[in-house]
Amino acid sequence: MLTVKNLTVAYADTPVFADVAVHFNAGKITGIIGPNGAGKSTLIKAILGLIKVQSGAVDFSGKTLKEVQQAIAYVEQRKDLDLTFPINVLDLVLTGTYGRLGLLKSPGKKERQAAYDALEQVGLEAFTKRQISQLSGGQLQRVFVARAIVQQADIMILDEPFVGIDMKSEQEIMTILNQWRDAGKTLIVVHHDLNKVSNYFDELVVMNHGIIAEGPVEEVYTARNIERAFSADLSNVLFATKEGASA
Amino acid sequence: MNSLIEFFNALGKYDFLQSALVTAIMVGIMSGLIGSFIILRGMSLMGDAISHAVLPGVAVAYMLGVNVMIGASVFGIIAALLIGFVAANSKIKTDTSIGVVFSAFYALGFILISMAESATNLHHILFGNILAVSDSDIMTTAIVLGIVVMFVVLFYKELLITSFDNTFAKTYGLNTTAIHYALMLVLTLVTVSALQTVGIILVVAMLITPAATAFLWTDRLETMLVMSASVGVISSITGLYFSFTLNWASGPAIVLVAAVLFAISFIFSPKQAFFSFSKRQRTKEAAATQTAEEIVR
Repeated sequence: MLTVKNLTVAYADTPVFADVAVHFNAGKITGIIGPNGAGKSTLIKAILGLIKVQSGAVDFSGKTLKEVQQAIAYVEQRKDLDLTFPINVLDLVLTGTYGRLGLLKSPGKKERQAAYDALEQVGLEAFTKRQISQLSGGQLQRVFVARAIVQQADIMILDEPFVGIDMKSEQEIMTILNQWRDAGKTLIVVHHDLNKVSNYFDELVVMNHGIIAEGPVEEVYTARNIERAFSADLSNVLFATKEGASA
Repeated sequence: MNSLIEFFNALGKYDFLQSALVTAIMVGIMSGLIGSFIILRGMSLMGDAISHAVLPGVAVAYMLGVNVMIGASVFGIIAALLIGFVAANSKIKTDTSIGVVFSAFYALGFILISMAESATNLHHILFGNILAVSDSDIMTTAIVLGIVVMFVVLFYKELLITSFDNTFAKTYGLNTTAIHYALMLVLTLVTVSALQTVGIILVVAMLITPAATAFLWTDRLETMLVMSASVGVISSITGLYFSFTLNWASGPAIVLVAAVLFAISFIFSPKQAFFSFSKRQRTKEAAATQTAEEIVR
């Protein structure tokens, strides 16, 4: 469980959003949607302590970020990574154990086994020795999900996990997300493809330089909220058929 | 062949040549190790900057009669902090900030060296003078090598993750800034050691060329570190041989050997696949495995 209170973030005096308050429940997959530049990734980075905030705080079930840091897994956007780096699939997944190992300890047999098991869960156990640039986009994303598995985190934050990946990988990742949800973890997914919102998420946060709406998908994913966050045109396209059917 | 025999004879006879060889090997190892992380972090320019920015520190150390390592480290770290500070607190990008800071430090170094009235030293500092290393130089170099090896072994995990995925390292609570400045500090120590063999101007070559050569051959970081150090050692020994035999300056001789090794790797390494034949073949194979996988799935 995670509560954001009165959060204000600005880049060089231009506020991204001000006084944002939002709540993420445990045992739910919460999607964050909004147009480009709405502040979705910024919100996530603020929660993770990766950027400076002007004011506000994030409460992790009564604890601070420092106290729960080890228990948060973050699957970032793949475009920010150097794929030529000399690292193979298994070693990449192993980096998920670095946080709990702490300084001066190296991953041993137990950690290697955990990394292998995680790769098995995402169906990539045959790829352990591959250099990461020799994977498809979907396979690479599954490797990062495997790393999140070995982190044994309670809170999982994924930034646009389904961008540029194949259906097969998307399905496998969704299966893992559902398992995590059923295990009572808190899941936050920044998402861009509005078509699958109802299928994938239990709860939804609609953003555009602030929170437009939050709550269960069936209450929040409405023509009105989409119109307020995006545009009337998009809202019409997405909801025209539904309303046509009911009318 | 004769000159090789002569080189080995001389090695047995002259202490100065033995000292030179030992120093060259140690510098080859340490610059290969640290250089690997420098190129993987995309910090080649930073490596160049720090190596030039230690010059005023060297001058001040001469003036005050303290150990060169101390003076150089102080100025190396000040330069690294200043580069970070200017980039973080202005609209200026890091590469520009590097250019401004290191050229200023370098210029200051020239003036301080001329004030220290050691014109002969300046030449050695700029181009290296490996045949003149003293016993205390060897000791200092050995200590720096010890520090470098310990640093890389003890903090291998942290160096790997901050080089590959700094954001991830931050999210699990690693102090990535501390790792960055620790690396900068070790880099200044390596720079001052490499000063004796190749001189300030060419230090960056010892950091980058062996590491880049190793990078072309392997997909594993451990292998890259060992290969990079080996290329550093081979370049140093071979360069020293040319320097002794043909009376070339040691720095340029060592750096040219390293560059030749890089050129050979560029043409023949499997990862680079410079020959279009092997490249085409590899693409085809990759496409074939890809399709096979898709079918299986």
